[in-house]
Amino acid sequence: MALLSKKDANLILDPLADNNPITIQVLGICSALAITAELKASLVMAISVIFVLGVGNVVISLMRNVIPSKIRIIVQLIVVATLVIIVDQVLKAFAYELSKTLSVFVGLIITNCIIMGRFEAFALGNGPWKSFLDGIGNALGYGVILIIVGFFRELLGSGTLFGIPVLGDPIAKTGLYATGYENNGFMIIPPAALIVVGIIIWVQRSRNKALIEEA
Amino acid sequence: MGINTDKNSYTVIFAIIMVVIVGSVLAFLASSLNDRIKENERFEKQQNILYAMGINENTEDSGVNFIPTDVVEGEFSKYIKEQYVFVDGEVQKDDQAFLIDMKKQLAAFKSGGEARLPIFIGEKDGKKSYILPMYGKGLWDAIWGFISVDDNMIVQGVYFDHKAETPGLGANIKMRFFMDDFIGESLLEGKSYAGVSVAKGNNDPLNNDKEDNEVDALAGATITGNGVSAMIKETLKVYKPYLETIRTN
Repeated sequence: MALLSKKDANLILDPLADNNPITIQVLGICSALAITAELKASLVMAISVIFVLGVGNVVISLMRNVIPSKIRIIVQLIVVATLVIIVDQVLKAFAYELSKTLSVFVGLIITNCIIMGRFEAFALGNGPWKSFLDGIGNALGYGVILIIVGFFRELLGSGTLFGIPVLGDPIAKTGLYATGYENNGFMIIPPAALIVVGIIIWVQRSRNKALIEEA
Repeated sequence: MGINTDKNSYTVIFAIIMVVIVGSVLAFLASSLNDRIKENERFEKQQNILYAMGINENTEDSGVNFIPTDVVEGEFSKYIKEQYVFVDGEVQKDDQAFLIDMKKQLAAFKSGGEARLPIFIGEKDGKKSYILPMYGKGLWDAIWGFISVDDNMIVQGVYFDHKAETPGLGANIKMRFFMDDFIGESLLEGKSYAGVSVAKGNNDPLNNDKEDNEVDALAGATITGNGVSAMIKETLKVYKPYLETIRTN
């Protein structure tokens, strides 16, 4: 990649696979369970987190030399909360419809442990550009898992993708439903996300044995 | 770095400065955007009220499409003939009734104080509908909406909204497939105001039975659904004296 040095590129690419925040670091599980019942919500959440984590990491990185270590967690929390509130208010004033869609995600973004995790583990010790890449990379890694989980949960649970029926009509029994197929109601509820995430972790570790921890 | 960031005095000063900066930025933002936000919220309320009485831009297969914000004010005054508030069993005219915060009024009602409960009378194709605001709680936070009934207590339309229900589950109460199920349901069961309940396993997924006071529930959203049922019941309870005066059956 000409645009980024190899080290910088790894900041983005590592979290996508071998250092994925959800499947390897097991962070951000709460929101991965909560909002992946449909693909659209997963996508919106992924985009929001990319934005907040990218900008938040830069802000924390710029402040890293002046933040008192005793209250750094509180400072980090204030930075995320402020960012999210600013975005929320501006959207409310200029893009009201969009803000309605996003309003439910606000609380989930502030409490997302990936955000606090990256502030604490990376932005406090690295420069703004590296922190920005790290933030984007981790948020993308998080988003990819969210979208995969959302895809399977919506497809198997509701028979739709982005709200569009893809398997036929379950009530009129057309398409796949004509053969006796039924939507799996279990996929709609949060525990199903754990199983899907578990399968992703299994696939990932069986492809790359180096990821398996020594017992 | 020259500064010792571990000192207590530094920590305290940093905290104070940070709070002052963040506080003023947010306060400045909130006050400068306030007018626009208020206007958006006013338009939204008008859109919601019109939506409940069936004035919207929905097509056969579309999702929820409101009257566009740039014309909503005109349409609102065209279709909403009268706005009233219902205070202590008396109906008073109030042209700004749609701005009333239902949460406060319900709290006043419960504590036995004076509650100003808004009522909107809409007229479409010569048919009158009575639109009542609703307010209740879902799983995580508030849910609210509007319900429009005719003088036979048949639901003409509803609009639901929520603050923080789970996307894909409880948040689906504002989806058209859910709201459309309420249309045509009767609020009465014999002589009592039974409302419309969100019911699991009522063997009526297509909602053909309009006499059962039930609509089909949303999978994975039991508590939000119960919240909707309770909200409708609560609304009927506070508006019952008024509904008795308009009921013709």
